[in-house]
Amino acid sequence: MAKVLVVTSGKGGVGKTTTTAALGAALAQMGETVVVVDFDVGLRNLDLVMGAERRVVYDLINVIQGIAKLSQALIRDKRLETLWLLPASQTRDKDALTEEGVGRVIGELKEKFDWVICDSPAGIERGAILAMRYADAAVIVTNPEVSSVRDSDRIIGMLDSKTKRAESGERIDKHLLITRYDSARAHRGEMLSIDDVLEILSTPLLGIIPESEEVLRASNVGSPVTLGNRLSAPARAYMEAAKRLQGESVAMTIPHQKRGLFNKIFGRRAA
Amino acid sequence: MPIANQRTMRFLGRSYMAFVFAPELPIIEWLAQLDSWLARSPGFFGDRPVVLDLANVKLFKAGIAHLVDCLLERNIRVIGLEGADPSQLGPELPPVLSGRPTSTNEIVALPRPEQPPAAAPKQPASLLIDRPVRSGQSIIYPEGDVSVLGSVGSGAEIVAGGSIHIYGTLRGRAMAGHMGNPRARIFCQKIEAELLAINGYYRTAEEIDAGLRGRPMQAWLNDNVMMITALN
Repeated sequence: MAKVLVVTSGKGGVGKTTTTAALGAALAQMGETVVVVDFDVGLRNLDLVMGAERRVVYDLINVIQGIAKLSQALIRDKRLETLWLLPASQTRDKDALTEEGVGRVIGELKEKFDWVICDSPAGIERGAILAMRYADAAVIVTNPEVSSVRDSDRIIGMLDSKTKRAESGERIDKHLLITRYDSARAHRGEMLSIDDVLEILSTPLLGIIPESEEVLRASNVGSPVTLGNRLSAPARAYMEAAKRLQGESVAMTIPHQKRGLFNKIFGRRAA
Repeated sequence: MPIANQRTMRFLGRSYMAFVFAPELPIIEWLAQLDSWLARSPGFFGDRPVVLDLANVKLFKAGIAHLVDCLLERNIRVIGLEGADPSQLGPELPPVLSGRPTSTNEIVALPRPEQPPAAAPKQPASLLIDRPVRSGQSIIYPEGDVSVLGSVGSGAEIVAGGSIHIYGTLRGRAMAGHMGNPRARIFCQKIEAELLAINGYYRTAEEIDAGLRGRPMQAWLNDNVMMITALN
């Protein structure tokens, strides 16, 4: 049974695209067939992070408008043969997305793949709403920082009201993924703690991805984090998150740094 | 011409709930009061029938027409007049409504916007929300009390005609007694609120004693001054 997953956040720059690519590649390595769909029409990035930017011919909008067939627009990953990309159009904008067209494309993808992962654009407008519209489950990407957390709260409210599932009275599975977590800064009170974020959002935790240069390096070379240095901390955290998405129970590891004596004495949160 | 079918034309009598405005002199002041009310609930009367009761004010034709226009400017449409001298009315003014009110000057609980009244009207007026209220969501319940099992997020708001009970953290706004009820109160398990209001009197986060933050509290009105105290 295919599962449609939306990766969303409200706020921009928190790591939606990185997460889409990393979870997609992780699930594909576990033998699932996966398609990652870029909904950020006009500002497409997923093709870059997946390292497929030079192979894009047709895109999501072409398929919605019937200019291309789905099979013509899908790009198979060169490293993982069960991982596919449906890119967004860079020359159009979100108005080119129609609810009926998106529904049709998602329906077709569900027949071919185990996982359809939709990379939502930032914001709460049309593009973001259509990316979540047909989702069965959502990964809400949050940075441990007040503005990101409030935006995520807003998006969770929309997941509970604007999706097809919510409208038909069903609940959508929601998973919280905290990214760019820096334990040292959290201890200094410069970031919200994991407990604070969980308390505010009251949503089950899917994983905690530590802040790491590895993430930037991976997207610059066009490789999902989980395909590059697999022993790196973010890669391991994403692999564990993917296992939890599959229903496996994996103990949660909070990226931790030893606190110095100074921090032990003065490192209490200020607020 | 023969009539194609034998259906007879029917005229049905039907009664509707309308708001009755009873302006008082001086009209300018009454309008100013109305404006301040509308500022708190803009658009509230936008699509609701309003009847103008002119028994308290003796106005000539031009005065009535001006008053009706003033209300129209505020998006309030007068569908009929009461207590007016028919000799002062012309075809351009709303008609005088005849007939006796079914109950005299009943103070009506304002119905919830955009939703028809519930089928069982005699339920106690309270609304239970069994999930968190998320940022950007707005719960408006003029009929009575609102209880939330969960937190109210930053940027969310609860507006209640009665009291507000939050079994979680209040990070957003809570407005109790919104339709004019000084006895309404706000309770929450943990206060991080952006704004509290009772009966139109409000406090912003800055004006809430920092020592109360994060604690269970209640807020009520004492002679139009908002009191906020810890519950434990």
